[in-house]
Amino acid sequence: MNLPSTILDVLEEVKDPEIPVLNVIDLGVIRDVKVEDKEVMIKLTPTYSGCPAMDVIGDDLERAFAKAGYQTTIHLVMSPPWTTDWITERGRKALEEYGVAAPLEESADKAALLDGEKVVKCTNCGSKNTRLVSQFGSTACKAMFQCNDCGEPFDYFKCLR
Amino acid sequence: MKPIRELNPQFLTKEENKENLISYLLETADNYLILGQRLGELCGHGPNLEPDIAITNIALDLLGQVRSFYQYASQLKDDKTTEDDLAFLRKEREYKNVLLVEQPNTDFAYIIVRQYFFDVYNKLFLNALQQSADETLRALAFKGIKEAAYHERFSGDWLKRLGDGTEESHNRVQQAVNDLWIYTDELFHKTDSSRAMIEAGIAPDMLQLREHYYEKVENLLTTTTLNIPEVEYFQKGGKQGIHSEHMGRILAEMQYMQLAYPGMRW
Repeated sequence: MNLPSTILDVLEEVKDPEIPVLNVIDLGVIRDVKVEDKEVMIKLTPTYSGCPAMDVIGDDLERAFAKAGYQTTIHLVMSPPWTTDWITERGRKALEEYGVAAPLEESADKAALLDGEKVVKCTNCGSKNTRLVSQFGSTACKAMFQCNDCGEPFDYFKCLR
Repeated sequence: MKPIRELNPQFLTKEENKENLISYLLETADNYLILGQRLGELCGHGPNLEPDIAITNIALDLLGQVRSFYQYASQLKDDKTTEDDLAFLRKEREYKNVLLVEQPNTDFAYIIVRQYFFDVYNKLFLNALQQSADETLRALAFKGIKEAAYHERFSGDWLKRLGDGTEESHNRVQQAVNDLWIYTDELFHKTDSSRAMIEAGIAPDMLQLREHYYEKVENLLTTTTLNIPEVEYFQKGGKQGIHSEHMGRILAEMQYMQLAYPGMRW
């Protein structure tokens, strides 16, 4: 997507309401943006089916573009389905700094393919000695982990692909 | 995966085909809605924090999936019907969910067994639906299968833990298996609409996966030292709209807001 910087600026203003360090570009949900005069057409891919943040993101996009003087139409695109691989490198960094372990990259996921435990690094001390506390966390996208070394509980952005 | 065949673009212009597709969509989606509602009842009532969060997360996924199905059905129906009308404003006889998903949250063992029986089916179903001739259904299946696999891991893990656990947990989960077993066969029943959709390449023929389903479920039950129940006959009726006594109560709870405040939206 090659977007004029005015449009990109507006998009980057809109954050995931549940993970406010992640904007919609870094979250990887924007499939396509078309600008015609003062009208913006956005194709958006939902993350998790029932994620309540998606409705809020839609409303926030409309509001942000309205402020910049644009009318917005949003189309939800279901296929191909969103995967955590679409989170940008910048997004992954922001997640880690925020205290949410970023989803494992494909190469790091080999262990999981062989039915082994995934190695998720502690966001507090960086230790690899962590354990899964619960497959499900505070939002649809997170699982709960705890560090065996520093004892810190933390969220892990579950891998979806 | 590739579709088994592409849908003839003229297919949905025929009223009868459209009606059958809508009916098939509801038959599929109502399972998600009613199970989601059942699981939602547990919000804040789980045995401890982790399963409480997990169960409500699963409810959220199911309700998310059901929205896509109802949206599609309402688009096909007419300009006036909305997804909310389909979810909230039908009468009991018009809901096509299987009896399994409306069974009550008797105890944690029932919740887990009901979930596992459904999850195994759902994963097989969504896997097969990825080859639907209908583009929208293919997309929904691709999306849903990842979540369904995650659910099955949760319910399967708990089933193992309860079966292999203490004498108490073993006995209670065996009781739940015995009581819920009679509702499993209905998942594979064909209705007139589903037959028509199988014919058109839109719906997978789940009857062909029935054996695979029981093999998988029975395998897990056996490894976790649980007995496979022997039953004389299986319960059915949900797909025809003939529900158990629990359904009315679910709907009363679920439809209260829409009936009290017609047209209300989130």
